[in-house]
Amino acid sequence: MKPSRLSECGNWVLDRFPVTKFWNDHMAHYYAPKNFNIWYFFGSLALLVLVNQIITGILLTMNYKPDAKLAFDSVEYIMRDVPWGWLVRYMHSTGASAFFIVVYLHMFRALLYGSFKHPRELIWIFGMLLFVALMAEAFMGYLLPWGQMSFWGAQVIISLFSAIPVIGDDLSLWIRGDYVIADATLNRFFAFHVIAVPLVLVMLVFMHLVALHEVGSNNPDGIEIKASKDPWGHPIDGIPFHPYYTVKDLVGVGVFLLFFATIIFYMPEVGGYFLEHANFIPADPMKTPEHIAPVWYFTPFYSILRAIPDKFAGVIGMGGSIVVLFLMPWLDRCKVKSIRYRGGIFKKALFLFVVSFLALGYLGTQPVTPIATTMARLFTTIYFGFFLLMPIYTRWEKTKPVPRRLTKDQSLEEQFHALEEQLPALIEEITELKPVSTEIGHPAFKSTFFNRRPNPKGIADVISRLAIKLKGSLD
Amino acid sequence: MKNLIALLLLLTLSFGVVASEPVELQEADIDLSDNASLQRGAQHFVTYCLGCHSAKHMRYLRFALDTGVDQQKVLKDIAPEGASIYDQIHSAMNKHDAEKWFGVQPPDLSLIARSRGADWLYSYLKSYYVDPARPFGVNNLVFEDTAMPNPLWQLQGEQHAESRRTIYGEYTKLILDEPGKLSEREFDRFVNDLVNFLVYVGEPVQLERERMGKYVIFFLLVFSVIAYLLKKEYWKDVD
Amino acid sequence: MNNKGVDKSKRQFLTSALTVVGAVGSGYLAVPFLAQMQPSVKTMAAGAPVEVDISKMEVGQLIRVAWRGKPVWVLNRTPEVIETLKTLDAELRDPLSNDSEQPASSKNQARSLKPEIFVAVGLCTHLGCSPTFRPEVAPIDLGEKWKGGFFCPCHGSWFDLAGRVYRGVPAPTNLEIPPYRYASETRIIIGEAAEEKNA
Repeated sequence: MKPSRLSECGNWVLDRFPVTKFWNDHMAHYYAPKNFNIWYFFGSLALLVLVNQIITGILLTMNYKPDAKLAFDSVEYIMRDVPWGWLVRYMHSTGASAFFIVVYLHMFRALLYGSFKHPRELIWIFGMLLFVALMAEAFMGYLLPWGQMSFWGAQVIISLFSAIPVIGDDLSLWIRGDYVIADATLNRFFAFHVIAVPLVLVMLVFMHLVALHEVGSNNPDGIEIKASKDPWGHPIDGIPFHPYYTVKDLVGVGVFLLFFATIIFYMPEVGGYFLEHANFIPADPMKTPEHIAPVWYFTPFYSILRAIPDKFAGVIGMGGSIVVLFLMPWLDRCKVKSIRYRGGIFKKALFLFVVSFLALGYLGTQPVTPIATTMARLFTTIYFGFFLLMPIYTRWEKTKPVPRRLTKDQSLEEQFHALEEQLPALIEEITELKPVSTEIGHPAFKSTFFNRRPNPKGIADVISRLAIKLKGSLD
Repeated sequence: MKNLIALLLLLTLSFGVVASEPVELQEADIDLSDNASLQRGAQHFVTYCLGCHSAKHMRYLRFALDTGVDQQKVLKDIAPEGASIYDQIHSAMNKHDAEKWFGVQPPDLSLIARSRGADWLYSYLKSYYVDPARPFGVNNLVFEDTAMPNPLWQLQGEQHAESRRTIYGEYTKLILDEPGKLSEREFDRFVNDLVNFLVYVGEPVQLERERMGKYVIFFLLVFSVIAYLLKKEYWKDVD
Repeated sequence: MNNKGVDKSKRQFLTSALTVVGAVGSGYLAVPFLAQMQPSVKTMAAGAPVEVDISKMEVGQLIRVAWRGKPVWVLNRTPEVIETLKTLDAELRDPLSNDSEQPASSKNQARSLKPEIFVAVGLCTHLGCSPTFRPEVAPIDLGEKWKGGFFCPCHGSWFDLAGRVYRGVPAPTNLEIPPYRYASETRIIIGEAAEEKNA
C-alpha cells in the first residue's frame, strides 16, 4: 500500500522534527482576534516583500559586479542582455519602495491601535530595530547601481557621521575606506547589503514574530482577547490563524500584487520616485547633479536634517527623529490602546503628526527655498512635539469607556452595500432637476425636458455634514 | 485649526510650482511601436550623432530583432564596416580628441532618454540659436552654455533668440532667420524620430514589458477573486 | 465560532481552484527566475564563430583556439598518422563514430573534412578535462601500445589522433567535433557548419 508507506515516512520525520508542533503553535492553534481590519494586512505583506527581495536579490548578484568601473554597466547588462534580467531588477527596485510603503503603514497601524503598548513593548522595539536595519539595507543597496544619485546620496549621508565631535572625521573615513565614496566603499556596501544586513533582518523578523505569538496580537479595539476564554481555554473572541487569516491574507496578497505588477510593468520609475532620473547617469565624483534628493522613503528624515541650521544639531535631529519612535511605549501614558476609545487630543495630535510626516516627505524631494525651509522647520517642530509632549497630553486624555469584548465591525462589503443604498438619495441631494425646453420644430411638438444639474446648496450641505462627522470622530 | 492645516498644505504645495523649469518644454510624440520611425531614427543617429556619441549598451542584434529588420540589412545600413551583429553601438571617436575639441567627453547616449526625458531631448535639439559669444557660435535655450555644437544646423537652418517682456514676465522666443534643408515640419519629424529612437534605446524592453503586463494583471485578478471567494466561504464560520 | 451548515464541497473546490491558480502562477514566475541563469546575449556574442588561419601551420603541429570559451584543437596530421588511424579499429570503442558527436560531414575514419587537418573540441568526454597532446609512439610512461594520440591526465582516458576513444578507459565516446567549414584553402571558420554534400 503506497499511502501508508508514505505516511510512515512522514511519521518517521515527525517523530524526530517538530513540524506539527511548530505549525500548531504559530498557525493552526494560534488564536488571533477576529476583528482585524485592512490595517492588519501589512505585516504579512512585509514578509512577502522580504522574500521577494531575497530571491530577486540573489538572482541579481549573479550578474552584478561590485566594482566602481563595472557596476553601472553591469546593471545595464542585467537590464538588456541577461534573459529576464529587467524583470528581476524591477521586482527588486520596486520591492524596495514597496517594502517601505508596507512598513510605514504597518507602523502607523501600531500607532492607531496602541500595538506598541504594554505588554507588546518588545515587539515594538524589535520592529523599530527592523526598521533601522531596513533603512541601512536600503541605503547601502542604493549605492550599488553606481549612478549619480547613488554616489552623491551616499556621499551626503556618510558625511553626516563626520559631524560627530572628535571622532567624526575618522569615523566617516573608516566607513568609506577612502577619502570619498569609492571602489572600496562600493565593495563593502555590497557585502553588507547582500549578506550581513539581510541576516540581521531575518533574525529580527523571527524575534518580532516569536514575541508577537508569545503575547498575542492586538486588535482594532485594543482589548486583550485572552482575558475572556471559553471552557477549552481558547479566547472567545479569537479564531485560529489558519485557515481564517491565511485565506484572508491571500486576498491581501492578491490585491497587493496587482499594484506591484502594475508598477513593474507600466511605471517602474514612478515618475522618478522609485528610480531617480539622475541615477541613469554613471557616478561622477567630479560633478554633483543640480538637484540631489534621497529616495522618497528617506525624505522625511532628510527634511529634518536640512531644517536645522547647524551640522551637528541637524544630525542629532535626524537621528533623534528615529530614536523618539523607540520610546513610544513609554512616552504614551494613556491606558487605553485603541484610537477608537481615546480622547480627541490624541486623535488631533496623531492627525497633525501624519500631516507633518507627509509634508516633510514632500519637502525632502524639493529643492531648498526660503519658504520650504520655514515650512520644514514648522513641520519638524510638530513632528517632535507629537512625541515629546506626549507624556503631558496623554496623561489627562479624556478617554471613552472600553468594552470588555470585541465590538462587531462593519465589513467592507457591508459598508459598500450601505453606500449603495444611500447613493440615490445622495445624488438626489447634490443635483437638481432643471427644466430645459426645446425651441426647434413645430410648437405643437414642443416639449420640456428635465436635466440634472449640480446643486450648489446640496453639495455644501453634504460637505458640511461630512465635516461635522469628521470633527465628531476627532473628539 | 483645520483652516490652519489647509493653509499649511497649500503653502507647501504652492512653492513647488515656483521652482519649476525655466523654459517650457515641447512635447515629443513617442510611439515605440512605429518601426519605420525607429528605423529612421536609427539612421539619423548613425549619421548625426555616432560621430561623437556612442550607445554602448545597445546591440545591433537587439535592434534588428525588436524592429523586425533583417540582420544583414541592419549591418549594412546602420553598423559601421566590419561590425558584428552582436556588437554594441560604439562611436569611433577617440577619448582624447573629444576632450581636446569639446572640453568634455561626449556622454554615452544609451540612457539619455531615461535621465533627461523625451520632451527635454526634443526641445533641446530644436532650441539652438546663434550666439557669437560661445566657442561654436551657438547656444541653447534649454541647456544654457551647452558644450555641444548644433549637429543639425544644416537641416534646421539658423535661429536667433528674441526676448520679450509681457505682463507674465520675460520670455525668450526663437526665430528662424535662414531656413535649412528641411522645412519646419520635416525637421520636427526628423527630431521626433531621433528622440523616439533614443527612448527605445533607453529601455529596449519597454514594449514587451507592457504587452506582458496585461496577462500578469489578468492572472492576478483571477487569483484575487478566487482568494476572496475562499475567504468569504471560510469566514461564514466567524460571527 | 459557528461550524454549522458548512458547505464542505464548495470549500474544497475553492481551495483546489486557488491552489491550482497559485501553482500555475508560481510556475510562470519560476520561468524567468530560472531563465535568467541561461547564457546572456553577451555570452552568445562571445560564442560567435572563430576564424583560424592555417597557412603557417607545420605538419604535425597542433594549435589551440578558444571557441565559446572551450579549447578547440586544430591539428595538421602527418601522412604516417593518417595511415596509423586505419589500423586501430579493433582497439577502439566507437571506431565508426556512431555514438559520438560530430557534424555528419566529419563522420568518417579521420573524423575531419580533409584527412590532414583535424579539428576537435579539446575536452574529454568523460568529465571535461582537457587531454594532453602526445603524438610520440610508445613513450615510456604510456607503454608499448601507445600509437600517438591524446591522453587525459585526470582519469587516464586514451584517444587516437582522430579523437576516437580506446576500449577499457572511462571516457564513453569520441571527442566532440565542432561545426566548422573552410572559408578558403587556408582559413577555417569554427562554429559555422560546412555545407552538407549529398552523399
